[in-house]
Amino acid sequence: MILGRVIGTVWSTRKDEKLVGSKFLIVRQLNLDYTPKNSFVVAVDSVGAGVGEVVLFAQGSSARQTTLTKNKPVDAVIMAIVDKLDISVKDKEKEVAAE
Amino acid sequence: MNLGRVIGTIWATKKYEALEHQKMQLLQPLKFNLEKDGDPIIVVDTIGAGPGEVVFYITSSEAVIPMDVDMAPVDAAIVGIVDSINIENN
Repeated sequence: MILGRVIGTVWSTRKDEKLVGSKFLIVRQLNLDYTPKNSFVVAVDSVGAGVGEVVLFAQGSSARQTTLTKNKPVDAVIMAIVDKLDISVKDKEKEVAAE
Repeated sequence: MNLGRVIGTIWATKKYEALEHQKMQLLQPLKFNLEKDGDPIIVVDTIGAGPGEVVFYITSSEAVIPMDVDMAPVDAAIVGIVDSINIENN
């Protein structure tokens, strides 16, 4: 899974009929220090995530493994809202650079 | 499968129900010589790897198999902790 922040919503009336009823959110990928990266996906929301929230999303065929997205043309799904993350194994190079 | 190192943990109370009680960890993918290989990802851990440990993990929809649920939106899961790596010649 990948860390991201919900930055917007996509509405679409003319779409594959299997997607009727799905909620699409735009997710911007984040580094583990929450700095934004230049990578975005449109993901189906399966947990009620709101704009601004830090989430996890799964991609590829795994995204179809929910009751909401089963047999639907979906390859990205938001499946968790992140409370907290803790990096306990620090990056040696960064530490040296930081000193 | 690929090699990786567990570098931390992540908590999420609000998540897809099949993920209840599943531990998720932060993982740095590694090359065979244990150098970093791309950006960190989040993986499900049913094995119980500790921080700093080198593991091997699977991706794509097979990542659901170690979990005892039939369907879950998971695309990466730890499947083993590495004891040692022996490379003949590359």
